[in-house]
Parts: sequence; C-alpha cells; structure tokens
Amino acid sequence: MRYVPITCEQRETMLDAVGIESIDELFAVIPPSVRLEDGLDLPDGLTEIELDGHLRALAGTNEPATSLVSFLGAGCYDHYIPSVVDHVISKPEFFTAYTPYQPEVSQGTLQAIYEYQSMICALTGMDVSNASMYDGASAFVEAALMAARATKRDKVLCSPTVHPEWQNTLVTYAEAGTLEVADFPTTDGGLTNLHDVEALLSEGDVGALLVQSPNFFGGLEDLSRLATLAHDAGALLVVATNPVLLGVMEPPSVNGADIVVGEGQALGNPMSYGGPGLGFFACLDKYVRQMPGRVVGRTTDVDGSMAFVLTLATREQHIRREKATSNICSNHALNALAATVYLSAVGAEGLAGIASACVSKAHYLRDALLASGKFTSPWEVAFGHEFTLAYEGDVLGMHETLLERGFLAGVSVADIEAEWPTGIDGELAEQLIVFAVTEKRTKLEMDAFVAEVASL
Amino acid sequence: MTQRLAHTPGTAPARGPRKLIFETGSPESRCVEAPPLDVPMMSIDAALGGRARTDAPVLPHVTELEIMRHFTHLASMNFGVDSGMYPLGSCTMKYNPRINEDACRLPGFSGLHPYQPEDTVQGALELMVGLSDALAEISGLPGVCLQPAAGAHGELSALMVFRAALTARGEARKKVIIPDTAHGTNPASVAMCGWEVVTIPSNERGEVDVEALKAVLDTDVAAFMLTNPNTVGLFDENILEITEAVHAVGALAYCDGANLNAILGKTRPGDMGFDGMHINLHKTFSTPHGGGGPGSGPICVTEELASYLPGPIAVEFADGGYGLGWPEASIGRVRAGYGNFGVLVRAYAYIRALGAEGLTEVAEQAVLSANYLKTKLETTFEVPYGRTCMHEFVMSGARQKRDYGVRTLDMAKRLLDYGFHPPTIYFPMLVEEGMMIEPTETEPLEALDAFVEVMLRIAEEAANEPDLVKSAPYTTPVRRLDEAGAARKPDLRYRPLGV
Repeated sequence: MRYVPITCEQRETMLDAVGIESIDELFAVIPPSVRLEDGLDLPDGLTEIELDGHLRALAGTNEPATSLVSFLGAGCYDHYIPSVVDHVISKPEFFTAYTPYQPEVSQGTLQAIYEYQSMICALTGMDVSNASMYDGASAFVEAALMAARATKRDKVLCSPTVHPEWQNTLVTYAEAGTLEVADFPTTDGGLTNLHDVEALLSEGDVGALLVQSPNFFGGLEDLSRLATLAHDAGALLVVATNPVLLGVMEPPSVNGADIVVGEGQALGNPMSYGGPGLGFFACLDKYVRQMPGRVVGRTTDVDGSMAFVLTLATREQHIRREKATSNICSNHALNALAATVYLSAVGAEGLAGIASACVSKAHYLRDALLASGKFTSPWEVAFGHEFTLAYEGDVLGMHETLLERGFLAGVSVADIEAEWPTGIDGELAEQLIVFAVTEKRTKLEMDAFVAEVASL
Repeated sequence: MTQRLAHTPGTAPARGPRKLIFETGSPESRCVEAPPLDVPMMSIDAALGGRARTDAPVLPHVTELEIMRHFTHLASMNFGVDSGMYPLGSCTMKYNPRINEDACRLPGFSGLHPYQPEDTVQGALELMVGLSDALAEISGLPGVCLQPAAGAHGELSALMVFRAALTARGEARKKVIIPDTAHGTNPASVAMCGWEVVTIPSNERGEVDVEALKAVLDTDVAAFMLTNPNTVGLFDENILEITEAVHAVGALAYCDGANLNAILGKTRPGDMGFDGMHINLHKTFSTPHGGGGPGSGPICVTEELASYLPGPIAVEFADGGYGLGWPEASIGRVRAGYGNFGVLVRAYAYIRALGAEGLTEVAEQAVLSANYLKTKLETTFEVPYGRTCMHEFVMSGARQKRDYGVRTLDMAKRLLDYGFHPPTIYFPMLVEEGMMIEPTETEPLEALDAFVEVMLRIAEEAANEPDLVKSAPYTTPVRRLDEAGAARKPDLRYRPLGV
C-alpha cells in the first residue's frame, strides 16, 4: 500500500521547481556517516488484501473476553456499548481533526468537550472537569501532584486498597520527581485502615490523602470519615471512583472530596487490551487554576453567537513551559467523545438502570459462589458491582479449568500484587479473586458458571 | 471586495439555533435502556451500605435520532484531515488509512481484557513485539516500551529512564539543557522529573549554538533534549558534534521524535548518538489525532538503558510464544495496562502496509513537498532560514505586519475562509510572526498548488485590503471569539436553570 498521491511525473515537476535534480540532494545535510544507505531492514509492504488477512489472522489468534463469559474487571469493564457511539466517533470530522487550537473550525470538538466536562461534573458532583487525561492511573497521579501543589506539601498518603497498577504508577512518578509517597497505611477488612490513616496524617505534613472507592477489592470506603481525617490534617482528599456506579451511588462531592478522578473506559469505550481508555479528572472551583490538562469554556464570537474555546491556557505547557501544571498535551479527546455519546444515549435513567443491574447481579453471583462452598468471604463490606472472595483450592488450576469451559473467572489478586503489594496478608492474597459483573452477564451465564465452580 | 465568501469544505455555519445536548429532546426521550433484570432486584441503598444517590445526575434526555443529529451538526462545524489540507507544522496531519480503523475494531483486538491469561492474547502480544521490533529498527535504538500514551508522556517516561540510569551510576545530576526552539512539553517534562531547565539560544542558522551548548555542559547536566529535524524544520548539521559533546560530560542525549517523519529510512536517531527518544505514532505512523487524542508515545532507548524501561513489556520467548515481562531494573509503570493498544494496532498496520520502501518514500515526499511550498512562497513571505528544509519550514509574516499592519494571526484566520486549516503559528517563538508549514506526504500536488495560490492571494489582500484580512474569518461556523472573556469569567460546564 502507498498513501502518497504524487505521480512520478509530478515528482519531476516538483524537483524542477525546487531547482534540484534528485531527492538525494534534499538529504545531503545528513552527515554521510549516519546516512542509512541501504534503507530499513523491515519486511516489504503489503497490499490491502494481504494486510487485511494478516491482521485478521493475528486477531483470530486471540480469544477475546467479549467472546467468553467474563468476570474480569479491576479497572477495565465489559459493558454494553450502544451502536450509536461508534457511529458518532467514526465521523471523520471528529477523528481526523487535531487539538482544537483554531476554534472557528473546531466548534464540534470544543462543544463536545464542554458537554463532556458538564457530564463528568454531573456524575462526580464536582465544579469543574478537564477535557480528559490518558487513563485512570495517570489522572490519579496528576491529582496527587496537583494536591501537592495546592497545599505546598510534597508528601502524599496513598491507601493500599487503590488499584496496584495505579499505586505503582504513583511511585514511579514520585521516585523521578519531587513528590514523596508516605508509608502506606494497612488494610482493615478489605478497606483502608482508618486508625493508620489518622496516625500517618498526624505529622501535618501530608498534602493529599489518595483513596479509591469502590476500591480495588470492590469495597466502598468510608469517604466521609476519610475526608474529615484529611481535612483536619490540612490535606486534600483525592477520590478515585467508578463512573458507571455513580449512576446510583452518591457522588464523592457529598463526602467532601476535593479532587475526583477515575478510569472512564466503562463509558462507551471498548476494553481494547487496556487502552486507550480515558482518565477523567474533576475538582472544586477553588483549585481550577492548579488543574492539569486542557479545559474548554463557553464564550461568544464577534457576532455574539455562542461559541466554545480552549481556555485558562496559562496553566499549560505551551505557554508556561517548565512552570506548567503538567506536561500533558495530547489527551484522550476521542474517548471522551465516546463517553459523551454514551452518557447521552443512556441518560440518567439508563445509567441508573445499568448500574443497579450490575449491582444486583454482582450480589446474586457472590451469594451463589459462597453457596457453592468453594469460596469464602474474607470480609464483609458494602460493595457495588465488584467483590472479592477467597478460593478454597488451587487458584491457577481453577482459572485454567474454567477457561477451558468458556469462563474468565475474575482477577487473581496475586497476579497483580506481584507488581505492587496490596497490604493483604500473603497467604490470603494468594487465594483472593476479584469478580466484576456487568449488565451483560445473564442469570443463565452466572448459574452455569457457579455450576462449573461447584463441580471443581 | 474580493472573495469575501469563499467555500470552506467540511465546515458549515450553525444551522438554526445552536443548542447543547442538554437542551435537546424532552424529559420523556430515551435512547438506550438497561435490560430487564433476570435476578432478584436489590435495594441499591442497602447494597451500597446507605450510599445511594439521592439526586439523579443532570444528563441529556434524547432519542437516538436526536443524538445523531446533534453530533452530525457538531461534526459539520469541525475541520479534519478529510475536510482539507491541514498543514499544521510539527503535527504531521497526514491521511489516516481506513483499514487501520477497521483493524483496531476487530473483536479479537477490541474485546481483549488486559488481565486475560497470556495464552489467550498471543496475537496481540505478537503484534506488540512486531511493532516494537519495527520501531527499534526505525529509530536505531533497540530497547522499546510501548506503554506511554502520548508524546509528552513518552518524553517524561524516557527522562525517568535517564534518571534511573544516572542514579544507578551513583550520579545525582540536576540540569537538563533545552534549545529555545523546543516544544513546551520538553521543559514541562523536565520539571516533572525534578530537574532544572537550562535554555540555550539557537544560532543564526536556526540550529543549536554548539558553543553555547558547550558553555553550559558540565557534570551537573543530566541530559540535552533536541528535536531533530528541529522545530524550524532544519536538520541540525552539527548533530554528531552535539551528541559527542553531551556524552563527553557523561550526560545523555534525548531526541524529541515529533519530526521523525522527515528522516524515515534516511537516518536514525540512534546512529546520530541519541540515547533515547519518543515516537508519536499519531504523527509519523498515521494514527488519527481524534480531536486531541488518544495518541501513543512509545519510547526507544539504547541497549544500555533498556533494563530501566517502564514495564511490563511484550516479549517473545525462545519457544516462539509471547508474554509480558519486566525489564530487569524497570522504573515501574507509567500507566495502567500495556499501552494504547488500539493505537498500536493502527500503527502496526501502517508500517506493514508501507514496508521499508514505503516508509522511505514517506520521508522523501514529505521533504520534497515542504521544499516545494517553501520555494513557491519564499519571495512573497520572509523565510528566515532559507536553506533546504526537511518536512516543514517556518516562514514569517513580518513583512505583511510591517508594511500593512496585517498579522500572521489574521492571515491564518483568512486561510479558513479559503478552506485550508492554518499552519502552526507563533511557534517557535524566535521567529517573528512565524508560520510553521508541514504539508505531509499525503497531500496531492493540486492541493499544494491551491495552498500556494491562496497564500499569495492573501498576501495581495493584505496589501490592498488589509481590513478584509484583519476581520477574517467570515465563512466559518463562528467568527473570532472572545477568548479574554472566556478566561476572565470561566463558564466550564452546563448549569441547568435553578441549579
């Protein structure tokens, strides 16, 4: 395939116009010792039909979660994506456009982002949202950095019940920069240990308390209590949360959150092996000038017509350079557009219906798995559509057997904990499985799954 | 009056009253509803331990038709590569092949969960290894990590790798040197890495002032960051002397890969002496920009630095199977998951479609097209660095400003009336009234010629009817905006009446 439209004859015309005889003259400036005389050592190009066959063969080697009965979650969810979503985001005027730096010809992107920001504020209860970040983990770290800036305290305290990959990301950023991650509190029955938090905050040098609710294990944290502890110690409360569950769950604003972030993939984006998803980021009005990333505002044009534009750019890297609130430039605009279309399609009633279906089904599955006698509950906590049980047997063997029968039997904590310890006792952690249930799972599938589990 | 109302393809004036999606439809309107429940209905408040939501979030009430009409209307007010020529310098707005879009939507790719067992995702891992190998060959840097989500993210990740390597050497260096022509993300990433930025001036040829660089190089310098070809579109002739000088004080050389399109198959950053770089798959490798993202910014580093790369990364085992592995001294994760996989699929498809020869042709045509435009425009507009450019060049509207009071911003807005997206303007800042023009290799000659014709016509308008240009655009969905008002009184979300 080639996508260059210039013919040989046209190429000659252009060379003549430039006043040179060969293409090589254009590259004469490259020092001879580093010129690639023999070209790249890569396979020859493919025709579209060959390429199509090759890509289909590669994709065909995979066994996607969407073709199995999947109970995998932990930040990436198999929710139903309404048809209308892909039809909208496939409009070339949206997906072949660049960042809306020329607002006169970018009103589509800009208005859609404004609507996205409005919807994120509606879900989280916060005052302002940015135009998106890369993913939940990077939004989480940016929230920690922002809280440290806002409080002028470099130390942050992170709950061990936050997704281990996000904790890992936080520590990577901290090790390279000025952020300091305090000693982790312990867990207490699948939730953040509040006594530890209180003790660790007592020095008064922590800028942010970072928690996730529902947390990595699915449990709902006591956000109001955590907010009080944080605020009493002069720290901000950063809450990572699940956007679908916010259809039925009280928004973190009610509990006193200062910054709310999360992974927005569940809102109309395919799982796509974990990316691209969508980091959503919202905060209180008073912190808006500390916020990272782009933000769109409503204004008027010279004729007085409603118009939208990127605004508050003096926070950003292209203006402020090393003094910017973040280095982020490209974000996940098209994924944010998908979320906007998704939330338009389901509306508040649809989202509440989907979230409550997920919750009801998750509770149904948990009861059935406990009744099978193969699982025990490590703790009793309130949860939404994700929960953790301990398997009484060989975890690896269970996963393998159930996969053969068409089931992805949840996420093994031990697999992920290898990257970052969750603070759960080692032997128990080995047995823990995090199950997620979306509205796509049917009673029939869950009953069949439980029957297979019982027969193990 | 000449040509006040030209045609702007892909953009249309707002039709009828323009509404927010929140103001569309009616309270009874529904599109997608939850399926009937086949298990016992829980009391949500009880299930959530008394944390049920009391007020429904303010979301739209619309039917599917209303959604399609709303977003079709919004799309009609947008300009993309498919709408017309988009010569936005440094952004490489080339055509986005459609088979790539189909490929990333294959259920075998889009339906994968990141925690599936590795033996159920062999094709995905094979693709990632294949892409990594290709990027290693193209960059001349063998250690590749596909995790970073965008260019700036890659840049930061690579600096973290540099920092880890220096720390392992027992060195706590403090400064990073950046030319004054650098992208804003460079200094911002340096600051996030806890280092101090030292800016050096460019010389009169638009290149790194080697003496100025040498003057600030010492053992406190961790790295030097350079875009090559640089942001005025020139290949830095002294590149070998530069990287040698950087290495002489034990510092590392970083290449901002934003301009890789110019040198594909011609030369490689690794061969020039760079220790690490990021690659913008959404520029060089044709993945769409999506109105601002998602992008993908893989990083490539020397063998010496590879053990510090973020993990996990896709690897090939001796038995021909594939898996995920951690580099020995990895800095850790820079995000969840393994990368923007959907974007990786598109870039892989592009590289396989073009092959070695096709990629070289990309660089050749991109550079020829830029030089063609420069030749046609350099008598009418000032071009501060007149020698052969790479895939882009920077010209100046200083003459038009001086003689007629017409600024580059005005001419950029006037371009919109003629159906072209403007170039990047006022960057890099060292060029007065700068316009950075990057046609890319995928523009047909007719489009290049039409762009030249329009630029020359605008220059004439600037001379003869300056006010016409100064008030442009006229044909776009909205006209010039009150940007100061937007920042002074931020309206950042919809607020329903009474809330």
